[in-house]
Amino acid sequence: MRLVVFLTAASLPIAGAVAAEPILSPGFRFSEQTGEALYSNACQACHMGNGEGATGAGQYPALARNPKLETAAYPTYVVLKGQKAMPAAGRLMTDEQVAAVVNYVRTHFGNDYGPPTTAEQVKQAR
Amino acid sequence: MYQAMTSLGYAAESGYKGRIRLEGDPKGASVLVLGAGLAGLAAALELRQAGYKVTVLEFNNRAGGRNWSLRGGDSYTELGGATQKCEFDAGLYLNPGPWRIPYHHNGLLDYCRRLGVTLEPFQQLNHNAYLHSAKAFGGQPRRIREIKTDFQGHTSELLAKVVQKGQLDELVTKEDREVLLESLRWWGVLDRNYAYKAGLITSEFRGYERDPGGGLGAEPVAGEVIGLSDILQSRLWRGLSSFAAYEFQTTMFQPVGGMGRIGEAFTREVGDLITYNARVTRIAQGEKSVTVTYQDTTAPGATHQVSADWCVCTIPLSILSQIDVQVGDPMLAAIAAVPYASSVKIGLQFKRRFWEEDEQIFGGISYTDLPIRQISYPSNDFNTTGKGVLLGCYTWNGANSYELTSMSPQQRIERALDCGMQIHPQYRREFETGISVAWHRSPFTLGCAGDWTEDARRQHYDNLCQIDGRIVLAGEHASYIPAWQEGAILSALDAIGRLHKRVVQG
Ligand SMILES: Cc1cc2nc3c(=O)[nH]c(=O)nc-3n(C[C@H](O)[C@H](O)[C@H](O)COP(=O)(O)OP(=O)(O)OC[C@H]3O[C@@H](n4cnc5c(N)ncnc54)[C@H](O)[C@@H]3O)c2cc1C
Ligand code: HEC
Repeated sequence: MRLVVFLTAASLPIAGAVAAEPILSPGFRFSEQTGEALYSNACQACHMGNGEGATGAGQYPALARNPKLETAAYPTYVVLKGQKAMPAAGRLMTDEQVAAVVNYVRTHFGNDYGPPTTAEQVKQAR
Repeated sequence: MYQAMTSLGYAAESGYKGRIRLEGDPKGASVLVLGAGLAGLAAALELRQAGYKVTVLEFNNRAGGRNWSLRGGDSYTELGGATQKCEFDAGLYLNPGPWRIPYHHNGLLDYCRRLGVTLEPFQQLNHNAYLHSAKAFGGQPRRIREIKTDFQGHTSELLAKVVQKGQLDELVTKEDREVLLESLRWWGVLDRNYAYKAGLITSEFRGYERDPGGGLGAEPVAGEVIGLSDILQSRLWRGLSSFAAYEFQTTMFQPVGGMGRIGEAFTREVGDLITYNARVTRIAQGEKSVTVTYQDTTAPGATHQVSADWCVCTIPLSILSQIDVQVGDPMLAAIAAVPYASSVKIGLQFKRRFWEEDEQIFGGISYTDLPIRQISYPSNDFNTTGKGVLLGCYTWNGANSYELTSMSPQQRIERALDCGMQIHPQYRREFETGISVAWHRSPFTLGCAGDWTEDARRQHYDNLCQIDGRIVLAGEHASYIPAWQEGAILSALDAIGRLHKRVVQG
């Protein structure tokens, strides 16, 4: 079963955007609010459109079917603090946004993990 | 002599100590150089000259690394698989990575001299280029000369008023107060009453509504000055510091024909040492030697091994942090400590040089708060008819840089055109073809450059630069000038200098 997270986000102004529609935020920080919009405008830069990752001289790991996403704590940590080549993208997001995108990758691309993390938990981890 | 020069303030600029001298016989010692960017190329050139047996392994099918120009006929496949064919006309190019060289980057300049790379001025500051904000002046761009002169004028006037009211009496001596007032008049172009006003005098600095001409009806018209509050609220003043920084002060240079000429010149010297299409996957060392495992990317599946006495590794940390490297924990921690910055550059070819023909902008950079951040006009072939390539986007970190990276190359160009239209309405009519490089999608770097924090530097930098057994690291990431080619050169020279000392001392 896929967890449906952030139903309320649909009422936010910028959140209506479809994943395929690229967004350019008006400021230095990410303005996207839904997990889907955040994924496809931030994480997709490296982890690619279907979470498949990519390989060149080095690689971006696949997030698709990735058992390391089972607990929310690990992806939350990686997004907030960065890890090796991955910058701390979460520094340009609110706690709510980080929770949304972490929950999104844990419930898409062949992942089906719960329970969802919350902005409060992200705040603790920051 | 060098000592004397530095104490006089000469030759000190980038820490370059002149051409490296590797004295003493390495007795046939061999070195593996990993990566053929400028760090690897400089190391290979100097080590061979000093008598080492040098082998270079390079992932790409060309040398130069980030030192690179895209010209018509080139093609580029980014991570994710999108391939772009560069369709620029002959003679036109985009420098997707490095594009300008400060006059104080002595090491790089010395190699350009030695290798016969011809330089020309890179226009960083053009007073006639624009400062633009979508939120100010109804979205109309303003000339840099106007913002600069008016901002300087208004702030000088304010300061003069404060001085005249005696409000600085406690901070400034009486003698200095008089000179201060005089200097403010001079610096801010104030009138006799210390007021900054529209007129032909200020026009000599900010430009005219109508320039002075010849013959009948040719007298100049001054035009209005922009109000202080308008300038302050527009935030266009932020653009002014881009020209003031030491790194961007005149004179800056670019190689004639594209930045990639430097890598190409190095390749003429040491190309015979390089194995291309070699993807390093493992770096092991023992008492007596270093063994590197690599894949031939043209024959997938096949792995090869090569050994040498020593190894100079210039692979960017973004990639090295994923490779099995046999070094101690402190160096491993340092390798893992540096994320890579985001940057996107987009080159756009236009049918005619409208920025020169219509707007008298010859080189330089316009700054904007739109997602493209900058438009840079070519610093060469001024005042010619025909086509030109603009740098239509140059982002550095921030949400927009990730967002543009996430897009397809076609979408990036569309967005760059949408943004650019707001500054140059000629864009859509004159546009022909474009190409973009989003550095986080670059297969050979996974990013633009090492994004050190002060903390990470304090904790890890020295550990990164130590020789670990038979392995030493080099590259822009192992320098205090990250994201500059000079950093790559200086770190390579420092690394091989220390390595050589160890070799000859036995
Ligand atoms: C957008 C941008 C703008 C810049 N602007 C400027 C500027 O204006 N002026 C300036 O001086 N500098 C600028 N720089 C910085 C400059 O490009 C770098 O500092 C410099 O080129 C780095 O040289 P390097 O040898 O350290 O690394 P690189 O040039 O990256 O060389 C590393 C080499 O290692 C190879 N490699 C990677 N992985 C492997 C592997 N697994 N196996 C084998 N080989 C591998 C790569 O293919 C590459 O050739 C800019 C950089 C960027 C990206
Ligand atoms: C600039 C490129 C980049 C961006 C943008 C990026 N990542 Fe990453 N990500 C990486 C790299 C590289 C790694 C591997 C780090 C390592 O070597 O441990 C990684 C690792 C991860 C991991 C750990 C995967 C594993 O198997 O251990 C998660 C989870 C992750 N990223 C989530 C995200 C999310 C969510 C976003 C968007 C908010 C994001 N990333 C954006 C580059 C990126």
